[in-house]
Amino acid sequence: MKKIINDVEDVLTESLNGFALSHGDILKVNLNPNFITRAKKSKAGKVSLISGGGSGHEPLHGGFVGFGMLDAACPGQIFTSPTPDQMIAASEAVDNGGGILFIVKNYSGDLMNFEMASEMLGIENMTVLVNDDVAVEDSTYTTGRRGVAGTLIVEKVIGSAAEAGASLSECKELGDYTNKMIASMGIAFTSCTVPAAGKPTFEIAHDEMEIGVGIHGEPGRKREKAKRADEIARDLVDTILEDLKPDNNAEVLLHINGFGGTPLMELYLLFNSAANELEKNKVKIGRSLVGNYTTSLEMAGASITICKLDDKILKHWDSPVHTAALRWGM
Amino acid sequence: MNSEMIIQIIKEVQKAYEANASEIEKLDQAIGDGDHVINMRRGLKAILEIEEELGSLKPGGALNKIAMTLLSSIGGAAGPLFASMFMGMAKVPGSDHMDDSKTVAKMFSSGVELVKQRGKADVGDKTMMDVLIPVSTLFNKLVERSDLSKNEMLRQLMAEAERGMLSTKDIAATKGRASYLGERAKGHIDPGAKSCQLIIFTICDYLMNQEKIR
Repeated sequence: MKKIINDVEDVLTESLNGFALSHGDILKVNLNPNFITRAKKSKAGKVSLISGGGSGHEPLHGGFVGFGMLDAACPGQIFTSPTPDQMIAASEAVDNGGGILFIVKNYSGDLMNFEMASEMLGIENMTVLVNDDVAVEDSTYTTGRRGVAGTLIVEKVIGSAAEAGASLSECKELGDYTNKMIASMGIAFTSCTVPAAGKPTFEIAHDEMEIGVGIHGEPGRKREKAKRADEIARDLVDTILEDLKPDNNAEVLLHINGFGGTPLMELYLLFNSAANELEKNKVKIGRSLVGNYTTSLEMAGASITICKLDDKILKHWDSPVHTAALRWGM
Repeated sequence: MNSEMIIQIIKEVQKAYEANASEIEKLDQAIGDGDHVINMRRGLKAILEIEEELGSLKPGGALNKIAMTLLSSIGGAAGPLFASMFMGMAKVPGSDHMDDSKTVAKMFSSGVELVKQRGKADVGDKTMMDVLIPVSTLFNKLVERSDLSKNEMLRQLMAEAERGMLSTKDIAATKGRASYLGERAKGHIDPGAKSCQLIIFTICDYLMNQEKIR
């Protein structure tokens, strides 16, 4: 294992320290329990948005703490859900009197820890569950679809609404609504290596790819020979559109997300292929986002996320945001 | 049973995890996300860091303290589930004494019930419940029998845990991370079930060698 680390057990803390030092104008990091908050508390009465999940997906979620998005993020150990004491401490630190909205990716661990925090917390709170990954079906398996790169869109949209004064239940409703407008699916060429494990999470031959891979390197639909970019884009976009069923000439946000080990050049190439595929399907690209936003350590591969746009989502997507990983309009 | 024995058992469990780490890791990498052993190690270490405080508490209080420690240190699904097990055990009246096998059996089933509620999984879902529920049922049945020696009862519980663990091999997963694999999870023993089998074996082994406990 070759990684830029000192000692395996210090990876998370030292990375969080560096994150705090490099973005001191936007955020603060609290250690033990670990949580990230805005440098300046948001205004009184505003609903406070808190997300969290295992680390190793940076910039998700800490990179989205700041004006227009999250009030706090709880980073767990690498690929391991954070714990209720983190969520409770973060809630108490950022509560403005408007209630707490938890934004949770659909994994059994994340769900159970946020559920226990929600039960133990003495502040009014609600939860939005994100499950945008269409790779694995939710019909037979009650745990359902996974939450992946679409999460940042949900966080951006609710973040904007909360900033504009929406109530807790309005934020919750908007989050559930936005989640239903999003679908994602990804592929991986290589595995990632969790520092504490010291070896790759899964084996994959040099000429193979995992279709529908999860953001922890967990298997998806099937293993195939690596294909050309256009074919990858077609497979992913078609599966996503089957789920979203957009109207003819519908406008969408196209988000190409890198898993951490694929260069931007290839991500833009994939954007090009996906754009061609969307055109064939009579779907228009209204907004776009390309980059490494929901990563799986150093895994090579990418995911495509499509979000159907309407006036409401568009307005909240375009509104000003100032976080470590997303910034526009201010 | 007293808090000192609970600590001894935790130490035995820690040793068992070290001895079986690579086997559980392999199962978890096959159908999970490969971090179960790392997380359990962190939880066990956190408990042993407060060994002194635990020793000063009555068993019920110690079990509750262990629950909260696991909850804030393990993370993932295992954190709330193992914490629920201990919380459930501590809830039973008489948990401060744990002086007869009927109380212990009741505590065990109360813990299992809370885990079941939290994880929303049942027998046949290819999870730890495939070990915990049958063992809990059998345990409560066996304590009603007066003809069984302690060691015979423990042996039967171990056999039931083993059977439950092996049963997970042939079912597709419907709960937990392995559920994302569905049919592809078939043929693999569930790592959570293996983990519970290992813990039950370790506890039973320990109790078999305790002359004082009948």
